[in-house]
Amino acid sequence: MKHQFTDIKPTSNTKAEADECLFEYLHGEIVNYVVSKSSDDNNKEEDLSRLEWMGFSVGYRIIERLTREWPRFKDELDIIKFICTDFWTSLYHKQIDNLRTNHHGVYVLHDHEFRLLAKIGKSGSKQYLKESPRLLAFTCGLLRGSLANLGIACIVKAEVSALPSCKFNVEVQRI
Amino acid sequence: MAVCVAVIGKDNSPKYIKCTDETNALQFHYKIHTSIDIVEEKLNIGNKTAADVRELFLGMLYSTEEYKIFGYATNTKIKFIVVLQSSNATLRDNEVRMMFRKLHIAYANAVSDPFYIPGDQIKSKSFDSAVMDMMGL
Repeated sequence: MKHQFTDIKPTSNTKAEADECLFEYLHGEIVNYVVSKSSDDNNKEEDLSRLEWMGFSVGYRIIERLTREWPRFKDELDIIKFICTDFWTSLYHKQIDNLRTNHHGVYVLHDHEFRLLAKIGKSGSKQYLKESPRLLAFTCGLLRGSLANLGIACIVKAEVSALPSCKFNVEVQRI
Repeated sequence: MAVCVAVIGKDNSPKYIKCTDETNALQFHYKIHTSIDIVEEKLNIGNKTAADVRELFLGMLYSTEEYKIFGYATNTKIKFIVVLQSSNATLRDNEVRMMFRKLHIAYANAVSDPFYIPGDQIKSKSFDSAVMDMMGL
């Protein structure tokens, strides 16, 4: 069987509801699986590294496809801007709302309504705050993987303060 | 029609080389190796003057009496090199561009295989057949 991929850029105004929830369900199940696996080992701390690793390999592969029609990047900031706009749009149907950088390799990507968090709890609710890192580990890996393939080695951390919004801290590793 | 197609990885190690004429394979391997230098040169200039040379297609790297060598580098620093016969007079820039486009799509599909480990040799059959198509086999 020949596998064919659509090469049409997802436009933000055409909503493909089916693919949207499929990804969310699958992601939810993967999170459940990883969490149940790690609780078997009786560790005090949840082990989300497996989830992060899955994200990494997905990001590493997906970036080749997403940057195919893109002109060559000028520098690191150009790459991060691409991540904030096109990359985020094609995965989460919206752009990163706020990007901050100290121009020395630290970038903070702020999403006011992160898609994987948007459906749990009301806005500003603190109820599920403890569980939310589970939902972010995959995306952290995704960011790290795609940046790695573009030649930026980095550490990505996520931070949630009020529910649907979250921040991704990208620290570039310089040798 | 292409006589030799190569994929060079991030670290300039060959990931895939295929030639129409296997008895002369070594000659083509040398040609591809020498062209890596020119690719590097073009990529580094791109960083300085930025704006105009941002296309992925690098154009002709060099030509000899027999062959013309073209290059292409993706955003992820994967290089594609294609050797064409010089005698083919009707060769247009656009056709070469299309060739690389097809190659890039085939490559992106091959890399998306979850069992493929990034950085390994490419052994995908669909990629093989895309290359065969380019060489008219």
